[in-house]
Amino acid sequence: MSNLETATQQRPFGTTSRRDAWWVQPLMVFTGLSAFILYSTWAAFQGAHYHSGPYLSPFYSPELFGDSPHNWFGPKPGWWPGWAPFSPALLILWAPAGFRMTCYYYRGAYYKAFWADPPACTVGEPRKRYLGENSFPLIMQNVHRYFMYLALIFLCLLAHDVWKAMWFADGFGIGVGTLVLAVNVVLLSGYAFGCHSLRHLVGGFLNEPSKAPMCEKAWHCVGGLNRRHMLWAWMSLFSVMFADLYVRLCSMGIWTDWRLI
Amino acid sequence: MNTATFSIFRGDSNGGKFEDYTTEVSEGMVVLDAVHGIQSAQANDLACRWNCKAGKCGSCSAEINGMPKLMCMTRLNSLPLDKPVTIEPIKAFPHVRDLVTDVSWNFAAKMKIKKFKPRPPDAPDGSWRMAQGDIDRVQEYRKCIECFLCQDVCHVLREHNKHDEFIGPRLLVYTAALEMHPLDTEDRLQDLKNAHGIGYCNITKCCTKVCPEDITITDNAIIPLKERVVDEFYDPLKRLLRLLRPKPKPENDHV
Repeated sequence: MSNLETATQQRPFGTTSRRDAWWVQPLMVFTGLSAFILYSTWAAFQGAHYHSGPYLSPFYSPELFGDSPHNWFGPKPGWWPGWAPFSPALLILWAPAGFRMTCYYYRGAYYKAFWADPPACTVGEPRKRYLGENSFPLIMQNVHRYFMYLALIFLCLLAHDVWKAMWFADGFGIGVGTLVLAVNVVLLSGYAFGCHSLRHLVGGFLNEPSKAPMCEKAWHCVGGLNRRHMLWAWMSLFSVMFADLYVRLCSMGIWTDWRLI
Repeated sequence: MNTATFSIFRGDSNGGKFEDYTTEVSEGMVVLDAVHGIQSAQANDLACRWNCKAGKCGSCSAEINGMPKLMCMTRLNSLPLDKPVTIEPIKAFPHVRDLVTDVSWNFAAKMKIKKFKPRPPDAPDGSWRMAQGDIDRVQEYRKCIECFLCQDVCHVLREHNKHDEFIGPRLLVYTAALEMHPLDTEDRLQDLKNAHGIGYCNITKCCTKVCPEDITITDNAIIPLKERVVDEFYDPLKRLLRLLRPKPKPENDHV
């Protein structure tokens, strides 16, 4: 424990001299992330209406096992425990979820919004004990770069889904759904390619990047996206949710997919 | 001429209270101007630290309406003057009197950071050669004026008083300036992980928000340092690669 006697000791939860509406931003983050978690969990457990024509919901891609024509290895495997609910999304969603959970931007955002650690800058906290990311469990956040590797693989698979979304039963075409899936991949790419870990791994680890021109170029490119990482994070979060909703509603017959070409 | 009321913390380490002062204000004034006006006309014994009045010396740090700011760079027209403007000392360090705090802990903690250790000179005349692009990254960190607003807003120091275990954003920026310098050969990663407690930072970005020099503290200094610590201590693949590859010479890059 520290022996530095500071001007004030820890103040009660929520205490601050701030005059502005400091609670608005954490509330918006709480609302936005809660909405996403609720929707994505519900959608992942449905196990139905996740494909429509050539479209496959990003929550279910890649479909390792499942009943749609997009599956890789056939229907629900026999070794799946009978008591456990099955959905193709449950097999794969841990990877993108882990990428977002360990993302440097989201960490700062949900520590504030969900754990009030702190609720906002210069606002009193509810707990006296603080371990930060120095010990278990939060020390596990250091695994972020491995989730980033997986996220890049997922991006390739989602890009391939966009290609497949251009091939309808009657041949090549582009529908609104194709555009929805394509925009989703662009936004997810803006988010993943602006990752802090990627920025470090492509060139940030060097003290003299000029001696490795390819690394220097890559470092600048990732740095350019990284400057708006928060914006990419939120846009991609909502786009992936909307892409699933679009495919789901088309599959249920509530929305009709317009063919543009 | 218009007037505005300032609620200024008066007291010392034994305690104190806010006292209201109403003074004349005019266009272009900053908070420090108002404090000087109050000091000269109403409270001659009001203690406040200031020097350059240009946002470069980092002396006049205070909490204005609850947010850490430089008094000399906070224009009155950026504040709501219909209510008293609160001015308090920064809270992460021991209080001396009124608006003055003892920030000497920062200098003592800075002494514990391993010093700059350049590689042997590149030229016979004892000079080095650096690419501008390589030094640009470090230049951002060197904009720091040591106002310690980032240290004040950091909840690890401010709320949890972890001064013995965590060096805070300012000193992490200082470490980044050394660690990422193209000439430096010293290894500070073990210290960053243990003695300097970089793991305590939970990326709230409050330090970046309050920096008067607009240094992107979290994204450009702390997170890159965290990633270097991950390279060294938490990444099994990197560890394996280090075992297979010979250790780089001191002149080379850090990894």
